[in-house]
Amino acid sequence: MTATGATGLGDAPGGSTRSRRQRYERRQRLRSVGIAAASTVLVVTAVVVFVPKLDGWESVRRSFFDADAFRNVFPELLAPFWYDVQIFLWCAPLIVALGLLVAIARNLRTPALYPVRLAAIVFTDVVRGIPVILWITLLGFGVPGMLQTREWYGGFIIWGSVALVVTYSAYTAEVFRSGIESVHESQRAASRSLGLTSAQTMRTVVLPQAMRRVVPPSMNLLVSLQKDVALISILGPVEALRRAGIENARTFNFTPYVAAAVLFLCVSIPLTRITDHLLARDRRRMSATAVT
Amino acid sequence: MLTLEQVVKDFGTNRVLDHVDLDVGGGEVVALIGASGSGKSTLLRCINLLEPIDDGRILLDGVDVSVPGLDPDPVRRRIGMVFQSFNLFPHLSVVDNVALGPRKVLGRSRRDARAGAVALLERFSLAEKAQDYPDRLSGGQQQRVAIARSLAMNPDVMLLDEITSALDPELVGEVLDVVRELRRTGMTMVLATHEMSFAREISDRVCFLDAGRILESGPPAAIFGTPQEERTRQFLQRVIDAGRL
Repeated sequence: MTATGATGLGDAPGGSTRSRRQRYERRQRLRSVGIAAASTVLVVTAVVVFVPKLDGWESVRRSFFDADAFRNVFPELLAPFWYDVQIFLWCAPLIVALGLLVAIARNLRTPALYPVRLAAIVFTDVVRGIPVILWITLLGFGVPGMLQTREWYGGFIIWGSVALVVTYSAYTAEVFRSGIESVHESQRAASRSLGLTSAQTMRTVVLPQAMRRVVPPSMNLLVSLQKDVALISILGPVEALRRAGIENARTFNFTPYVAAAVLFLCVSIPLTRITDHLLARDRRRMSATAVT
Repeated sequence: MLTLEQVVKDFGTNRVLDHVDLDVGGGEVVALIGASGSGKSTLLRCINLLEPIDDGRILLDGVDVSVPGLDPDPVRRRIGMVFQSFNLFPHLSVVDNVALGPRKVLGRSRRDARAGAVALLERFSLAEKAQDYPDRLSGGQQQRVAIARSLAMNPDVMLLDEITSALDPELVGEVLDVVRELRRTGMTMVLATHEMSFAREISDRVCFLDAGRILESGPPAAIFGTPQEERTRQFLQRVIDAGRL
């Protein structure tokens, strides 16, 4: 919303003395809202009325949307789902940290540190070239199998999480790197001309700007991670997906999976909305010309 | 204070600075004039070591600062630079833009650096903008903040690179006023400019650059009044024809 609060020439705010432009815009707004509402009602009615009349809808409903099964299984899924959330919560900061390190490593220009840069390039290429589920199998089963220990560091979940951290940090690193490169050279010049070192320039001038720019694409990755946590179920822990699978095997009904899906949506949708909100606020704060 | 000896700068096969000699004394104001592409900006960027030179020497108080491999940061600390496009840091408020150098480079505390920044902003009538972000400011205000940011490092020399070229005409005056004030305080300055009347007014010496060489230099009255070189006369005539002098 732009500064529409400003009133026209000699115009009292509010009341019936709106300017011609304001009256026009108001009419347009009402019209758009009306059309949107009518069309939505039409489509929703069509879906609600006609879909149940389709042949086979009854079996779809029984298999996927069984209300009783949903009510029974939903509370059962909460604790396993909390497990998913926990894995997500400890993985996310590690991914951001490792991704940032790799991104900075790829931007190193010091010849002596070339091996570090090379390692970062190989890391992103190799890691991104292999499916997530393969990493989870490889590290999640492989490393505990090799270590053969009852200590905490021999756990399946630890190594499953490591697999997630490794794969996602490679993707995140690429996003961060593009953000770093998008900060204009003149910003570095201004910073260096003040006498800041290249490390100080990176930390105080480049990264803060780059980070703001990469928030939307990184949020995509975060939402994606929040779902891929469920892949850890192949390692055996009873998290939401596995718990739903157990119910499914017991009742031959797929509603538990739908219930698990609803749980995942409950986290991922607010996550996206919160980011959008934070970004918009940041933009408004820094820019006089923000159109949101 | 600042001496350039036979400075050469090539971009690929293109010679941008061709054996430039320049001597700037303490408190002196030198204006670089010349057509676009004559090497004014490159000269300033070389002095600030943002561009390495290919031959010659740059001396700051008699010390060669153009030695390859020399740490440029202590040198840049002593040389302030203001850019045509302001280059303020958009993610920092005005006061933090100005305080950044003193905090990070001079190691001042956050409070000290901010106090110093506020004092500078007050001096340039920008005190009420201290908490705003650069994008909320007019071009003229942004450029004045950029000058304050550079001045906060207490430099020995200021390099001003066409600092009014990106401004709307009605905003040029407020920025030039700041430069006039700097001159009154005895700041040593080298400025590249297209504002000929300003160059004439403010400088002790004017250098006319053409194809990477200082073709002619002298007091403003001489350069603008009785230019010796044909190229200088042609350039000034074009400026006059354009109504800029």
